[in-house]
Amino acid sequence: MRTIYYLIRKEFIQIFRDKFLGRAIFAIPIVQMLILVPAVTFEIKEVRLCIVDKDMTTESRELVGKLVGSTFFKVGHTTFPEREANELLNRDQCDLILQIPAGFGKDIGKGTPTQLMASANAINAMNAQLSWAYLNGVILDYNMNILAREISSRSFSPIPQIEVTNRYWYNELLNYNFYMQPGILGILVLAIGFILAGLNLVKEKEIGTIEQMNVTPVKKYQFILAKIIPFLIIGLIDLALGIAIGILVFNVPFEGSIWLLFLCSTIFLIAVLGLALLISTFSGTQQQFMFTGFFFMIIFILMSGIFTPIESMPVWAQKIDLLNPVVYIMRINRMVMLKGSTFQDIQTEFLALVLYAIATTTLAVNRYRKTA
Amino acid sequence: MKNTVISVRNLVKKFGNFIANDNLTFEVYKGEIFGFLGANGAGKTTAIRILSGLSKPTSGEVIVAGFDARKQPEQIKKNIGYMCQKFSLYEDLTVKENIMLYGGIYGMKKQLIRDRTRSLLERLQFEEYGDRLIAALPLGLKQKLAFSVAVLHEPKIVFLDEPTGGVDPITRRQFWEMIYETAARGITVFVTTHYMDEAEYCDRVSIMNEGKIEALDTPAGLKKQYQAGSIEEVFISIARPGKN
Repeated sequence: MRTIYYLIRKEFIQIFRDKFLGRAIFAIPIVQMLILVPAVTFEIKEVRLCIVDKDMTTESRELVGKLVGSTFFKVGHTTFPEREANELLNRDQCDLILQIPAGFGKDIGKGTPTQLMASANAINAMNAQLSWAYLNGVILDYNMNILAREISSRSFSPIPQIEVTNRYWYNELLNYNFYMQPGILGILVLAIGFILAGLNLVKEKEIGTIEQMNVTPVKKYQFILAKIIPFLIIGLIDLALGIAIGILVFNVPFEGSIWLLFLCSTIFLIAVLGLALLISTFSGTQQQFMFTGFFFMIIFILMSGIFTPIESMPVWAQKIDLLNPVVYIMRINRMVMLKGSTFQDIQTEFLALVLYAIATTTLAVNRYRKTA
Repeated sequence: MKNTVISVRNLVKKFGNFIANDNLTFEVYKGEIFGFLGANGAGKTTAIRILSGLSKPTSGEVIVAGFDARKQPEQIKKNIGYMCQKFSLYEDLTVKENIMLYGGIYGMKKQLIRDRTRSLLERLQFEEYGDRLIAALPLGLKQKLAFSVAVLHEPKIVFLDEPTGGVDPITRRQFWEMIYETAARGITVFVTTHYMDEAEYCDRVSIMNEGKIEALDTPAGLKKQYQAGSIEEVFISIARPGKN
């Protein structure tokens, strides 16, 4: 035990003696939170809409009026020739074209089915889909209005309608900050520990100090633990900073137990630090570690479910994702923070992380060689 | 009756097809200064790494401080000190922090570490360097300090792998004085070198060439055997037999 104390002391002295590193490990997560939480959002505001109104009737103007009134759309252009509209789309000066054909108003008056045409710039598929969905919503609403008007003009009784009232649970206002913050928290905790711990061990290999360690009676598990614990502590401090920023700056609610979140993050950190050290036992140089480390980090983060729902991934990808520790902490963070989930609710994820932590640390201790 | 602390019998170490140590057999006795002399690439470092438990022998029997190098390398590590020319201490820690770290790793009590630190710094006339970073010290001081740290826990044997490489003659002389003091305390010193004059300071010298031990005796015995005036002449007649 005393040996580990001396080794950990050494790691802390080295980390904080490096003036840049000593500050960066606390400054980077703060800056990351302040930038990423508000910046990374799926919310679409001001889709630039171009309207080609070939009809110019009361009906078409009413529809355009509805679109102008919506917060999602900004009607930037209204043109007549279709070619000009397409040109605008090509030059990326609008995101969506809505064409109202001549005869639109007349057809509505006659009760014949009528058509509209929308073209979206789908370079960003997600954006295109979302703006199309918004547009569809507005048109549907307009359609309902016509229908209601038609029917009520013929009868005296109000038309029977199913009215759907919706409520968004756990994030009533659909605030994207609330959605992103717990996820970014997980990534922030992952990135700092993973890179620092992995590089630390490889650096000792590069400069050769590890050989001096290997010739001492230090036990393998002591050496690995002494590399995990300092970065675990730093990771947890960063987590506390991240949560504080979430609550103070972005008003993110914290419904669940903060201790539960810290417990889960501790296990998660042990798992990823173990993995980083495992990779570094295979690496001979810092470049090799960075190369392999980034490979894992990018896959972990992009497949974590922070940006895209895991449920929409192909089944094979979901199977691979069972090995992605970030998936579990992402779910735990969101559930504990936004929903107030208790241990019972997250025990599957918790168990997965425990198994992960046991596996990576055991492998790292095993793979670390004191003899060549 | 001599007290054997290192016993090597038919030691072979292969890296693929390359034979780094070819059937080495020798013994080292308690308290002696045993020199391993050889050109670069003769297999000195390979042998010293096996003896200190950093590398496993391909075949042969290696007993160091009563433990088998193949089966009990960690037991050996408790009983030895090791210093290598290439690196040694943490450059971003101070002199005192390095001493504290290694003392702690070898299980020394805090008070003992403090006492030894003080006497060590005094002996080296190093007092004012205690709180300096290793990176800021000149090479000679680093080497002397590394040696002191290697014997801080009073091991049975200390292995020195080319400890005086790149050091000026005065520091080399001081270094050898430290080696003598250490041996006088009963610590066996196993030292590799390619400086011929240093070989003269050893109690016994083995000369390695292309993985084999070609000669092993006291410096005086070697000179007599090869009818040479210095170890350097002995070495040249062994390493380049055709040209002598």
